[in-house]
Order: sequence, then C-alpha cells, then structure tokens
Amino acid sequence: MSNTTDNQQVEKLIRDFIAVNLLYSTDGFPHKDDTSLLKEGIIDSLGVVELMEFAQKEFGVKVEPLEVTPDNFDSVTKLGVFIRRKRGTL
Amino acid sequence: MQFTKNSLKIDAALETDRIVKFIQQTVRQGMRRAGAVVGISGGIDSAVVLPLAVRAFGPERVVAVMMPDKDSDTLSERLARELAAKYGVKPILENITGALEGFDCYRRRDDAIRRVYPEFDDAKGYKAKITLPDDLLESGTLNIFSVVIITPDGKTVTLPLGPKETLEIVAASNLKQRSRMSTLYLHAESRQYAVIGTANKNEHAQGFFVKYGDGGVDIQPIVHLFKSQIYQLAKHLEVPEGIQKRTPTTDTYSAPQDQKEFFYRLSFETMDLLWFALERKISAAEASTVMGMTEVQVERAYDDIIRKQRTTNYLRMVPPELSAPEIIG
Repeated sequence: MSNTTDNQQVEKLIRDFIAVNLLYSTDGFPHKDDTSLLKEGIIDSLGVVELMEFAQKEFGVKVEPLEVTPDNFDSVTKLGVFIRRKRGTL
Repeated sequence: MQFTKNSLKIDAALETDRIVKFIQQTVRQGMRRAGAVVGISGGIDSAVVLPLAVRAFGPERVVAVMMPDKDSDTLSERLARELAAKYGVKPILENITGALEGFDCYRRRDDAIRRVYPEFDDAKGYKAKITLPDDLLESGTLNIFSVVIITPDGKTVTLPLGPKETLEIVAASNLKQRSRMSTLYLHAESRQYAVIGTANKNEHAQGFFVKYGDGGVDIQPIVHLFKSQIYQLAKHLEVPEGIQKRTPTTDTYSAPQDQKEFFYRLSFETMDLLWFALERKISAAEASTVMGMTEVQVERAYDDIIRKQRTTNYLRMVPPELSAPEIIG
C-alpha cells in the first residue's frame, strides 16, 4: 500500500481483512473499532499471527516479536495507531 | 474468601478415595466395562492415573501402554516401566513410529519447518521444537509461536512462524496423539475395558490437548484438578521420585521441550494459584500482594488464562446437532 492510499484507508483495510479472513463474514466487520478483538474472542493467537503478516505485507512495516502485544493488536484502532507509528505517519 | 499460597492444598487421601469410587462407578455401572487402559508416558499425570486405576480395578484388570515414537526421550520409557513395576502392572510397548510414517507425519511436519529454515534435516541431526515467548509477565506479548532449530553442532536458531507453517506443524504433530488414542482403543475394545484419560484441569480448560487425540477417552478422572494438586496426589500415591521431580515435557518434538515454553508460559506454581484467584474473583491487587508480583503481572497472567480458555472452546465442544425435524405427516 502506498503512503497515499493512506491514513484514512488503514482502519478500513484492517476491518475488511478481519471480516473476510478471520470472521469469515460476508457482512463486513460488525464491531466497533475499539472493541477488544481478544477479549471478545474475535481473534485467537493464530489470528494475531495473521494480522501481523497482514500488517507487514499490506503496509510494509516490520513487526518485531516484542511488539506483538495487546497494546498494538487488540483492536482496529490500536492496530491502526501501531501501523501509522511504524510507518512514521503518526 | 481468604487467598493464600496454600489455597490449592487438598486432602490427598480423601481425594484419592473419591476418584477411585468415581472411576469404579462410572466405568463398571455407567459403561459396563470391567477394567482400564491407561497410556503411560513417564509424566506425572499418567503416573497418578495408573495407581488410581489399579486401586479401582486391581492390577490384573489394568493395561498400561507405552507409546513412544522416534522423537520420544528414552527417559520416558524408562520411567514408565518403573511406574508400571511399582504398581504391579505389566506394561505393553507400542512404538508408533511406523504408524506415523504411514501417515507421513514427519515429512509433513519437516516440510513446513523447511519453509522457514531450508537446511533443516532430521537425518543430519537437526532437531526442532516450537515455542511461545517466555516473557509473559514482563512484556505481556501474545501467544505467537516460533520454531527453535538446534543444529548438529549445537547452535540454536529461533525463527518466527507464519500462520500456515504453525498450522501445518501442529496438525502433523497431532497425528502422534491421535495414533496413541487409536492404540489405546485397540487394547480397550479387545478386552471390554475403558480408556482412562490423564488430562488435568490446566490441559483441558486451557486447551493444551488434541481433540480426538489425548482428549479422546472414556472418562477424565483428574480433569478437575490443578497440576499442583496432581503433584499432591502423586506424593500420596508414592509415585516414583524420578517422575515427581521430572520437569513436565511435551515429549512431542525432536528437541527437548518443557510445557512452559510450549504452552503455559508460567510455572505451574504461579499459574495455578493465579488461576484459582481468578476463578474466585480475587482482585489483581490482592493476588499480587500474596504472590509477591506486581499488579500488572497478575493482570497479564489473568488475561492469558482467560484468552486461552476462550480461544480453545472449539476443542471442548461436543459436535453440535439439530433437534428432530417437525413432522408434517
């Protein structure tokens, strides 16, 4: 994704990815952006790995093992902030 | 209620009697089976279940089966034999390597490992295991598997695993537990005996078992007990010291691997007490004082236990089914 695809698109891409690949949903992402993905059982640990791979491929950011924490991956909002920070656009 | 470091202490003699009666009633009256088949691994859980089964049926009606494969630690069989001898049971050895080769277990697993580490070659002396981060209390990192390679010259290389490789390695390795389940039922059905499970509360509730593998049994006599309580029973039942002192291992991958690094990320002493506190709704603040930990550390442990329980519900689900259709005739 180019920098211009951009910041407003980040959350949308995250929502779409989770809906299609982790929820197997045909109706989009049915939760709020700040809903806890882990506490609500929306994703499991393998889902976190998929989100990590998605962030790396889609946004070109390198995710270090120590960065795979609830603070960075537990909601659409948190992941969006993390991706922007990694891309230096926050 | 008062939460202390002794909160998990049980009356081991009383609990032993309760379990023995439960096994007798369930297997004899409930299942109409006359004896027990127990897979013995050289670990603490099966070492407790074997003497319980012997007390329930007598040694002549208990079959103890050792089921190593080529990756198993030889110590496991030695300890299993010592255990069986102690309780007067003649053990049966069923090496499952051939069955696993038939399933292509090792090639499937090693192909997935080679996509991450192309030089990996079992035949050249490389060993492997998969692990979770060991820093749960310090950093609260999530449960992401890495593969750890031990090279023939003893170097250790740790590499992150993607979802596809994680799934393929775990699925191939699970063939081991499912082959063992089939073997246990062979011995049970040919004698009209029941397969006695060896899962404890930690394994069952947090999902550290293989569905229709070690989870495929007729009765779960110790699944209500924390691992720390299993050790109390082991002491009461006078399980051989070598087993009581052995670090719990998965004995599944070619490289040595304890259960903490594979799954739990906490010592049993810490995890069991915190889990008990969580179940009794003890605040993180109070638990942290008792445990000598920070509140943040307790919260991380609480979160990890809750997450594991929630994300492994699928393993414990009975296959859902519909009720009978409405009759219109």
